[in-house]
Amino acid sequence: MSVLIDKSTRLLVQGLTGREGTFHAKQAQAYGTNVVGGVTPGKGGTTHEGWPVFNTVADAVAATGANATVIFVPPPGGADAVMEAADAGVALAVCITEGIPTLDMMRALTFMKGSGMRLIGPNCPGLISAGRAKAGIIPGHICKEGRVGIVSKSGTLTYEAIHQLTANGLGQTTCIGIGGDPLIGTSFIDALSLFAADPETEAVVMIGEIGGSAEEEAAAYIKATFKKPVVGFIAGQTAPPGRRMGHAGAIIAGGKGTAAEKMAALADAGVRVVNSPADIGRAMQDLLK
Amino acid sequence: MKIHEYQGKSILARHGVAVPRGFVAFTADEARTHAQTLGGGTVVVKAQIHAGGRGKGGGVKVVAGPDAAEAAAKAMLGMTLVTYQTGPAGQVVSRVLVEEGLQMTREMYLGMVIDRSTQKIVLMASQEGGVEIEKVAEETPGKIHKVFVHQALGLQPFQARQLAFKLGLSGDEVKKAVKLMLAVYDAFVASDAALLEINPLVVTAGGDLIALDAKVNFDDNALYRHLDIREFRDLAEEDPLEVDASKFQLNYIKLDGTIGCMVNGAGLAMATMDIIKLAGGEPANFLDVGGGANAEQIKNAFRILMSDTSVKAVLINIFGGILRCDVLAQGVIAAVTDLGVRVPIVIRMEGTNVETGKQMLKESGLNFTTADAMDEAAAKVVELAS
Repeated sequence: MSVLIDKSTRLLVQGLTGREGTFHAKQAQAYGTNVVGGVTPGKGGTTHEGWPVFNTVADAVAATGANATVIFVPPPGGADAVMEAADAGVALAVCITEGIPTLDMMRALTFMKGSGMRLIGPNCPGLISAGRAKAGIIPGHICKEGRVGIVSKSGTLTYEAIHQLTANGLGQTTCIGIGGDPLIGTSFIDALSLFAADPETEAVVMIGEIGGSAEEEAAAYIKATFKKPVVGFIAGQTAPPGRRMGHAGAIIAGGKGTAAEKMAALADAGVRVVNSPADIGRAMQDLLK
Repeated sequence: MKIHEYQGKSILARHGVAVPRGFVAFTADEARTHAQTLGGGTVVVKAQIHAGGRGKGGGVKVVAGPDAAEAAAKAMLGMTLVTYQTGPAGQVVSRVLVEEGLQMTREMYLGMVIDRSTQKIVLMASQEGGVEIEKVAEETPGKIHKVFVHQALGLQPFQARQLAFKLGLSGDEVKKAVKLMLAVYDAFVASDAALLEINPLVVTAGGDLIALDAKVNFDDNALYRHLDIREFRDLAEEDPLEVDASKFQLNYIKLDGTIGCMVNGAGLAMATMDIIKLAGGEPANFLDVGGGANAEQIKNAFRILMSDTSVKAVLINIFGGILRCDVLAQGVIAAVTDLGVRVPIVIRMEGTNVETGKQMLKESGLNFTTADAMDEAAAKVVELAS
């Protein structure tokens, strides 16, 4: 098993006809994902690279039976695209778009409530279930089927973790990039609870970064209920306070959100916290001995 | 994006928040004129820099009349102000705000941010105004009162009333506080703010509530729809290298070390800084070249890295998911050749076409050191930099 996506996923691409949308739709299909079509307003009725294109997500869902969508639309329309997916009854939306205004996301998250849709992201690399399917931009070739789940705020650092696991002979179930924005659809806790319920996932790598308190909240959750072994890494141990480190959410403000606090909270919850990002794979191998 | 106090006050005033009468001055002469315009009495001269804690550093002076205002402005303009928020290098003052002096009876704190956990805007108020609110939050969190704003319906009057009473206000003051808080909320939402602080919010001897200070930070992602706010950007307040980098969609932050870093992705860039430190070195910068960096961006990234003269060695750490390693290698070789880069360069790359990329680096005849793993790369670059 895996979480969120697998061979039964019928994936839609919002922004299919754009450069990124096209490239990653092809990559997803090559990985074995069932990509059923795309949405580009104004291009409904045409086909693109062999896929049917629809004007609206509702049209696309009605015609294709899509149950998941990956969003590659530009930032000003990002939140709107999320709401459209929720309104069309899609079960899972993965928003790759970087640069969506925070207040737009706040409204979209409010709109989504009660729709039953799960949102991953925005500003994330998406997710991949090793050997099964992917929605987003995580390269498939670095993954290997196995029993470790990954949840991470970062994109390329997620690839690094996957690479290290694979190099150490450890495969993955599902790797989820939850995104580095202040407001996101799926938290560490949400992802961990999915992994808790997945019998195939035996252990989890959790990669956090400075800013906010999501890692501390996850630590409390792990301490209280999460039974599987966890390897944790927090990026930004050397980041100066008051500076936004790339991600909109990665900032130490008012002395809060430091890596040291987060690492201490995770260690206290029984997580194997590594100081060096190069030790993620080895630490997991050690834990699963 | 950060702006100056006087600019923040202009936004607040536009939405109906009372602020002191005042004008910005770029010269001591202008400061004198403004003091005269304000009636010739007591004025406050406030250094305008993008950092708090100005009072303690000598950046706020209450003075009597135009002569004194001119003298105070003369002393402040051009001075380097060091506060707990500027860092040891400080910030040069190039403009001052000249405001009417007010008699006040109370100093309070009002702040608004977006709370990540509840995904709501939170309005915070405290009776402890005019001091470092971070300290209050740390030492006596019970003295900060909060209300969470409904995402769709906005701040409600009863919520503002709750805070007004917690602030110990009474009678007419409560009504004025409610009006002010609703106006602050409007300003926050209308301008896509990320943080809005009024510290202090004062009650004047005449019973008015006035924003004596204003700190507003904006959501960079929303600036595309606020051209008026974008014009408030003061490039003199930013590091010139960071400004240069932003022109090429490079995310660069200058630090104090000797090892230049070039990485794709913010998380990996932070992790690379961390591992350099663990290996005994100090990163000279944070630099995220993004997911799809091209040859032109890599060249500009190198140019910016190398204009920091403290850089003794460079570590390139690229995990090419979308970015192909051969394209990266080509870009690096071209940049190093064109710019005549002389410092040692350690390259660690993974991902698509990594073998071709490595071969290209080897055959270039240039001074590259390659590494397979992050820790190996960090150890090598630290050794080369020392």
